[in-house]
Amino acid sequence: MTDKATPASLDHPEDGSRRDFLLITTATVGAVGAALAAWPFIDSMNPAADVLALASTDVDLSPVQEGQRITVVWRGKPVFISHRTAKEIEEARAVKVETLPDPQTDEERAQNPEWLIAVGICTHLGCIPLGQKSGDLRGEFGGWFCPCHGSVYDTAGRIRKGPAPTNLEVPPYTFGDDNTIRIG
Amino acid sequence: MANPKWIDATVKWIDYRLPVFTFVDHHLVDYPTPRNLNYWWNFGSLAGIVLVIMIATGIFLAMSYTPHVDHAFASVERIMRDVNYGWLMRYLHMNGATMFFIVVYIHIFRGLYYGSYKAPRELLWIIGVLILFAMMATAFVGYVLPWGQMSFWGATVITNLFSAIPLVGPKIVTWLWGGFAVDNPTLNRFFALHYLLPFIIFGLVFVHLWALHSHKSSNPLGIDVKGEQDTIPFHPYYTAKDSLGLGVFLIVYLAFVFFAPDFFGEPDNYIEANPLQTPPHIVPEWYFLPFYAILRAITFDIWFISAKLIGVVMMFGSIAVLLVLPWLDTSKVRSARFRPLYKQFFWLFFVDCLALGYIGANPPEGLFVIAGQVATFWYFFHFLVIVPVLGKLERPRPLPESISAAVTRRGVKTGRAS
Ligand code: HEM
Ligand code: FES
Repeated sequence: MTDKATPASLDHPEDGSRRDFLLITTATVGAVGAALAAWPFIDSMNPAADVLALASTDVDLSPVQEGQRITVVWRGKPVFISHRTAKEIEEARAVKVETLPDPQTDEERAQNPEWLIAVGICTHLGCIPLGQKSGDLRGEFGGWFCPCHGSVYDTAGRIRKGPAPTNLEVPPYTFGDDNTIRIG
Repeated sequence: MANPKWIDATVKWIDYRLPVFTFVDHHLVDYPTPRNLNYWWNFGSLAGIVLVIMIATGIFLAMSYTPHVDHAFASVERIMRDVNYGWLMRYLHMNGATMFFIVVYIHIFRGLYYGSYKAPRELLWIIGVLILFAMMATAFVGYVLPWGQMSFWGATVITNLFSAIPLVGPKIVTWLWGGFAVDNPTLNRFFALHYLLPFIIFGLVFVHLWALHSHKSSNPLGIDVKGEQDTIPFHPYYTAKDSLGLGVFLIVYLAFVFFAPDFFGEPDNYIEANPLQTPPHIVPEWYFLPFYAILRAITFDIWFISAKLIGVVMMFGSIAVLLVLPWLDTSKVRSARFRPLYKQFFWLFFVDCLALGYIGANPPEGLFVIAGQVATFWYFFHFLVIVPVLGKLERPRPLPESISAAVTRRGVKTGRAS
């Protein structure tokens, strides 16, 4: 065409688009690489192996009398273990489940009706509800009462009143025999 | 080219290679400043000085502090009792945080009153809001370090807020903690962040000042500088005025440090953290109370969105709304002096913020619940409705024709021709 010494790319638009392609792919690969490189930094803040290794706790239930409640520590959190009386079990089962803020039957929450096992952390903002010691307030449903913003839990650890959105969390646990459990 | 102003040979030599002298002269000495700044303009430089005090006392505290759950509380007690002047470092740092917030809150209300956030200072304002946010993060993680009961439970309650985020909430909380509860990994990273964030604030302050010096200070009249007759050099006029303000500030600050060091603190924080026992009444530091009140104001779900999530979004929103304020305000007039209606709404808003603080300090029961909801509503209503509408409806008073005309009645000699 012309005998001017123009770079090929100006004469052939398809070369320009090849450049765009190379530029965009390089930039994209670079950006993805940078994003992937961020992951080890972020993940280093997740629970470390030794923290995870402490993840299960064994509890001997034999000294816990009927009507008594004990607190054990699992993964640094308090876990409430309540040896429920017949009356408490009955109260927990008599409720109309549909009327609850977070509907769950007592059977879904307690593998063995005599033992209620729940993480003792209010699902609102993480305070520890009262009710573990004999003199404590237990709220109007005989379970637990959170003093921070007034959440009331029943004998199955279900939220009945107050700002907490969900029932007390039931941790994963298995009965070894009738007298021991492993939480976690 | 060397600045012709310098005579001394050494100064000349240095300035030619690294123009520090010219820089200081430009920004602190010959820097043209509106001649009518009042004492509300002192709080910016005060905030900068407090930041330096915080960094200085903090670094010396860090030399004796141990960020481990078994030793943190004891190491702070050791600072208080055994380390030479440790008590002074700690009380300066504790009360310094309080003073920092007082100074910065006044600085922000100054901006709101005099419309300092309007063009061309929008970015300056936005960087300021980011500084506020970084300060809050710094103070929050700092308060965890002494590992008292309030440290622990404050950290627990606030980090749990993130669990309200749908789907990933609980994962984020575990990530923040580095475990399954606030524990040693949490304390460690909070210390690392507490050391880092003040330097980020320092960087933000630098950008804040860069933006400030591009268009220079606004002033109580809110009108632009029209010429040399409207300004005076920063030195000696405002160096003197700022020094006087600093003196008064130090009297107040040190009066607390020496005579009432625990005035703003919570006695519960002198009890070592106990993860198995919640104190009966958890309250954040005073400077977070208005935001705490907003967080708790929502007690009902809206459709499928939980009250907890709405509370969290509103709390962050109460700061985020400041970011868009320059575009919410439709009035062309900056200063409330010439905006009779806005002036009243400004004071109403101020009272609303105080009320939120008072409500945040009280348990959310009975009347406090309603009051908290009304005050929260007003906070957002002010920014989202009053401010945009007022700019359209209000008839501002006539603006003076120039700063010098207003402050000298007839203008100064070098000023107007007539
Ligand atoms: C933006 C500036 C800063 C703010 C707002 C701030 C805020 C706070 C607060 C509120 C506390 C708790 C005080 C108490 O109740 O005892 C604290 C503690 C602490 N801060 Fe800072 N801080 C700042 C800068 C720094 C810096 C730069 C360091 C340097 C490493 C530092 C090191 C410490 C240490 C070691 C503690 C624990 C000792 C103690 O509790 O007195 N701080 N900070
Ligand atoms: S943390 Fe229990 S009610 Fe708020």
